[in-house]
Amino acid sequence: MSRIGVITFPGTLDDVDAARAVRYAGAEPVALWHDDADLQGVDAVVVPGGFSYGDYLRAGAIAARSPVMGPVVEAGRAGMPVLGICNGFQILCEAGLLPGALVRNHGLRFVCREVGLRVEADTAWTSSFTVGQEIRVPLKSGEGRYVADAATLDALEAEGRVVFRYTEPAPNGALRDIAGISSADGRVVGLMPHPEHAIDALTGPGTDGLGLFTSVLRRLTAAA
Amino acid sequence: MAEVHEFHATRVPLPRPGNLDGVARVIVDVLPKAEILDPQGQAVARAMGRLGVSGVADVRQGKHFELEVDDSVDDAELERIAGSLLANPVIEEWVVRRVP
Repeated sequence: MSRIGVITFPGTLDDVDAARAVRYAGAEPVALWHDDADLQGVDAVVVPGGFSYGDYLRAGAIAARSPVMGPVVEAGRAGMPVLGICNGFQILCEAGLLPGALVRNHGLRFVCREVGLRVEADTAWTSSFTVGQEIRVPLKSGEGRYVADAATLDALEAEGRVVFRYTEPAPNGALRDIAGISSADGRVVGLMPHPEHAIDALTGPGTDGLGLFTSVLRRLTAAA
Repeated sequence: MAEVHEFHATRVPLPRPGNLDGVARVIVDVLPKAEILDPQGQAVARAMGRLGVSGVADVRQGKHFELEVDDSVDDAELERIAGSLLANPVIEEWVVRRVP
C-alpha cells in the first residue's frame, strides 16, 4: 500500500483532515514531525494547512526552514510528489520548491467560504480530473493572494503550470486568479483552497477534493 | 499564578546603547516592494484621514529588526541573513545597517 506522509508543525491545523483524505483515497497516512529530518520512506508528502509557528515572520517562513523540510525539498526536486495546501502552499513557496509568494488578501479580510476552481493542468495531483473540469472546495485564508513578477507568471502560464484557477475573480486578489501552481515536472503542487475538507458529503461541500488524493495514488501505483 | 510573575520578572530588555565589548547592533528594515500591493499600509493611510491628518500621500508597512551580533559576523553574512530569512526577496526589499 502506498504510504503518504503528512507533516505536523507547531500550529498546523489540518493534518488530521489531510490524513483522513489520504485514507479515503486508499493509501496509508504516515505522520511526519517538523523537528525530525526523516521522511520514513514515504512515497509522497502532504504539507497541510494551519498557522505553522503562529505565522511568525511571514506565513510559512519558519516552517520552510525546519528540519523536516530539508529532505522534503530534496525529494521534491528529485520527483517525489508533494502537495502543499494553504499554509502548506505558503511553506513550499518559502522553501523555494514553488515560485512566487502568498501575501495578505487585497481586502484585508480573511476569506472563509466555498469556491469554484477550474483544473487547468494534468499533474501528479490532478490526473483524476479532466483539464477544464470545475470543482468546488472551501477556501479559508487571510494571506492567500498569489503574487509573482510578470515574467514568472508568463512562464507559469506558458509551461502549463497554473494548475487551479478561481472560476470567479479571485476573492483574495490573487494575480491572474491563480489558486494553485506546480513545479516544472508537475509533481510538486501547491494551492490555497482546501481539497482535504471536501472529501465527504457529510462534512464538506462535496467530494471533489478527493480527486487530488486519488490522482497521486494512481500515479504511485502506476510507478510501482 | 506564581509562574506568570516570575516570567515578567526575568524579562531582560534589549541593551539600547550598542557596542558592548565585541557586540554590535545591526538594524534590518524590510518593506514590501513598491510594485506589491500593501493593503495594510493603505488601511493605515486611510486611518490618518480619520485623525484629521492631511498631506500624507502614501504609507507602506514593513518590519524592523534589531540584531546584536558579535565581530565574527561580517557584512556578507548579514546580507545573507537578511535576504534568505528576514526578508522574502520575491515580495520584499531590505536595508542592513550597523549602528554605533
